[in-house]
Amino acid sequence: MATDLILHVALLLVMPPLVLGVIQKTKAWFAGRSGPPLLQAYFDLWKLLRKGAVYSGTTTWLFRAGPIVSLATALCAGLVMPLAGASSPLGFSGDVILFVYLLGLGRFFTMAAALDTGSSFEGMGASREAAFSAFAEPALLLCLAILCIPARSVSLSEALATLSSVPPGFSHPAYLAAALGLFAVLLAENSRIPVDDPNTHLELTMIHEVMVLDHGGPDLAVVLYGSAVKLFVVGALLVHVVVPPPPEGDLEGVGLLLGGQLGLAIAVGCVESMMARLRLPRVPQFLVGASVLAGIGLAALLYRGAP
Amino acid sequence: MLGTILLAIALLCLSAFVAALLTRFDRASLAIGTTGSVIACLTGAIGALIALVRQEQSAFRGTWSLPLGEPHVAMDALSAFFLLCVFLVSGLAAVYASGYLPAYLGRRRLGPAVALFNLLVAAMAGLVVARDGILFLISWEVMSFASFFLVTFENEREDVRRAGMTYLVASQFGVAFLFILFVLLGRSSGTYDFDRFAAAGGLANTCFLLAVVGFGSKAGFWPLHIWLPEAHPAAPSHVSAVMSGVMIKLGIYGLLRTLTFLGPPAVWWSTVVLLLGAISGLTGIVHALAQRDLKRRLAYSSVENIGLIALGIGLGLLGQSHGNALVSFFGYSGALLHVLNHGLMKGLLFHGAGSVIHGTGTRSIESLGGLYRRMPTTALSFLVGCVAICGLPPLNGFVGEWLIYVGAFRGAASLPTAGAVLALVAIPVLALIGGLAAACFVGTFGTVFLGEPRTEVVPRAHESGLAMRSTMGIGSLLCVAIGFWPAGALRLVVPAVALVGQIPALASDASSPLLAMSRLAFVLTLVIAVLALLRSALLRGRAVTQGVTWGCGYAAPSPRMQYTASSFAQPLLAPFAPILHVRVEEDGPSGYFPRGARYDEHISDVAGERFLIPGTRRVVRALSRLRVIQQGRVQLYVVYIVATLVALLVWQLMGAGK
Repeated sequence: MATDLILHVALLLVMPPLVLGVIQKTKAWFAGRSGPPLLQAYFDLWKLLRKGAVYSGTTTWLFRAGPIVSLATALCAGLVMPLAGASSPLGFSGDVILFVYLLGLGRFFTMAAALDTGSSFEGMGASREAAFSAFAEPALLLCLAILCIPARSVSLSEALATLSSVPPGFSHPAYLAAALGLFAVLLAENSRIPVDDPNTHLELTMIHEVMVLDHGGPDLAVVLYGSAVKLFVVGALLVHVVVPPPPEGDLEGVGLLLGGQLGLAIAVGCVESMMARLRLPRVPQFLVGASVLAGIGLAALLYRGAP
Repeated sequence: MLGTILLAIALLCLSAFVAALLTRFDRASLAIGTTGSVIACLTGAIGALIALVRQEQSAFRGTWSLPLGEPHVAMDALSAFFLLCVFLVSGLAAVYASGYLPAYLGRRRLGPAVALFNLLVAAMAGLVVARDGILFLISWEVMSFASFFLVTFENEREDVRRAGMTYLVASQFGVAFLFILFVLLGRSSGTYDFDRFAAAGGLANTCFLLAVVGFGSKAGFWPLHIWLPEAHPAAPSHVSAVMSGVMIKLGIYGLLRTLTFLGPPAVWWSTVVLLLGAISGLTGIVHALAQRDLKRRLAYSSVENIGLIALGIGLGLLGQSHGNALVSFFGYSGALLHVLNHGLMKGLLFHGAGSVIHGTGTRSIESLGGLYRRMPTTALSFLVGCVAICGLPPLNGFVGEWLIYVGAFRGAASLPTAGAVLALVAIPVLALIGGLAAACFVGTFGTVFLGEPRTEVVPRAHESGLAMRSTMGIGSLLCVAIGFWPAGALRLVVPAVALVGQIPALASDASSPLLAMSRLAFVLTLVIAVLALLRSALLRGRAVTQGVTWGCGYAAPSPRMQYTASSFAQPLLAPFAPILHVRVEEDGPSGYFPRGARYDEHISDVAGERFLIPGTRRVVRALSRLRVIQQGRVQLYVVYIVATLVALLVWQLMGAGK
């Protein structure tokens, strides 16, 4: 039990920045560059953590709280999400909803911190983040409903444990719909192409990056680390849908998770290299599409019966 | 414990009477009214709480009789729960009023406002304990009229008078249905006593529909919600807090109480309530996003929250009609807990809004900004209210929404397909409402309290006095307490749920996850605290300097360039344009050297603009034909009287002949 907990927390704390590195490497490979080292995100964090800070005179404590709350909620979401194996340290019956709303709490404080600067660019970013996440949330919850209904449970651990009892792969069309829907939500929630471009250099076109324009030093490190953790945690959910976790947390579970995350990072990198960003008015359609897909999956589940 | 409640009601009436007598002495009537209501609310709340915890039931039947009925009052768990909400929110509002009303000194008499406020609270409490149709309707009407006069407190303003009329018409429209409801129930059971009310079959269906319309118009179900965004901004803020926090919930109480008369629900009832809840919730929050008046925003958000409560009741009915006690339990308990939660947080938000209006003199969100520095207590408690009303953990709003969500998930997994589809509809609706609410309230908080002041009213703003700040502080603490100890809050709700629906054999199904939820709330707080300590440890001894906000190289930024609440909401409102009635007056820049430009956007309610106002016009036109009988001549009216008397005489004689 204790080793499981230590393993879980260690995975959650150590691995997330590596995923960013894999995405960068994939994109570099597509572009024919050698790209930054795999561990670049760790170096960036180390560099930022050693700096001082500059705060705008307009801001209040909310500006400093934004990154912290965002990271804390991502970590807590990671504590209810099964990582290696189908159980989680703080999971309970109903944690599915808590998982979604914890991410919502982090977003609330990120947006509040952005508005705290009084900059119109950051307000614009917050506004877009609010809009797109409002459309992403129904899709996420519908995908989670697909996982929960066959398990007759509202717990992430039990839902994923049910998945591991069915044959691997997409044994039911609903799971395919859930995986695709979750992938769309993952791209939107983590500000990836085609919803947002993490590498853009023009404030007017940014969404997430523009919200954190004024953060620097250790605060920026917390922001970067927090978004990596969020990507890792939401990614873990998608990985488990595609590659169901073994019931017991052991090295096999760790291997499956890390292999899955590697594959997911490469997939995200491929999407980023091969697709352009959607025009802003198209993004809600993309996300509503994900909801519709999940709805079709649910219809398949209800009318064709659970696997 | 019923005695305590009746004592509280008597004290409220007495203090209202004395305050009304002392109208000429503003401060004295305010002091007496406040003292009376605070003591009454405190005793009442404690009495209701004890009754809930001990699960007491008590009744009192008067020996004398009212015309058509008898003074029968009783308190069961459902009454006790709603009494707790009424006394808690009203007590806080009374303390708040003692700091808020003196601003009107010299401009208005305070006595009537104080007396009517106490009368309103007394009527609400009386309504909840009434067990007789006539007594219930009398309390209901006293409540409606007292609140009408409170809404029109500033009656020298034309918009206030119009809002008051809208409210009066809406509440009398609703009560007409309630009269029919009680007459039908009374005829079928031969008495107006609630204990003997029963209906089944077709009568139950009719009664259900009458209750949905009659009580729904008070609660603010779409499309009967249109009085809410008019009346709440017009009323003084403590009255808005009580009206939005508890008075509209008494519509929910009425609906639940009626459901106890009607026996096992038909399957289609749940469809009706679920759909009404979904529509009210979505239109409420979309309209809230479109408002620029702080209190109108909060009023529309009440429509949204009533929608959430209706979704919970709908799931409760759905579970009940399919014989699934677990789904029914989660639906009803979520709905009831949200009644308490919304009372607390909406009270808190209206008090915060009142404090902003008190300090700046404006309700327009777009003219504020940067108020955090000038009103830190108000800002902090408003932030707590915003996080709570978005249903975010670890505050109380999340707990109620969580229960409703779990009901929907369980319903989707365990009900037969037709029921499962209905339960499934609730999930994306709840999620979308949650996302839109977060956008609405982060936008509101950010525009009002963060950033730079947008106009000159802000630098002159001042923080409110001790009474108002302490009310907001207590309200925030209650929101936090329920969020961190949801299992305790659930215990208040369970006995009331047992009266409306069924309690599943595994009632612990809800309380052990709630304990896990409190554990997670503490873990989250701990993680935040550790991270904050780490951050300050890292920055110790390093250069921490102050600069200006990065303006992307632009050298002359001005506060007017900030994002406003309207621009914040724009990307969300664009996809919802079909359900908003948008009217744009635009005079855009033209030519090579444009001089001025103007853009005006008016967003009004589709329910009002497309259905209710044209419908009312048509009815008025049809009825105007009757004006021929109203000539204004006394002689003609005397003829009417004589004709009526003769007709009655003839009818009586013919009847007697038989």
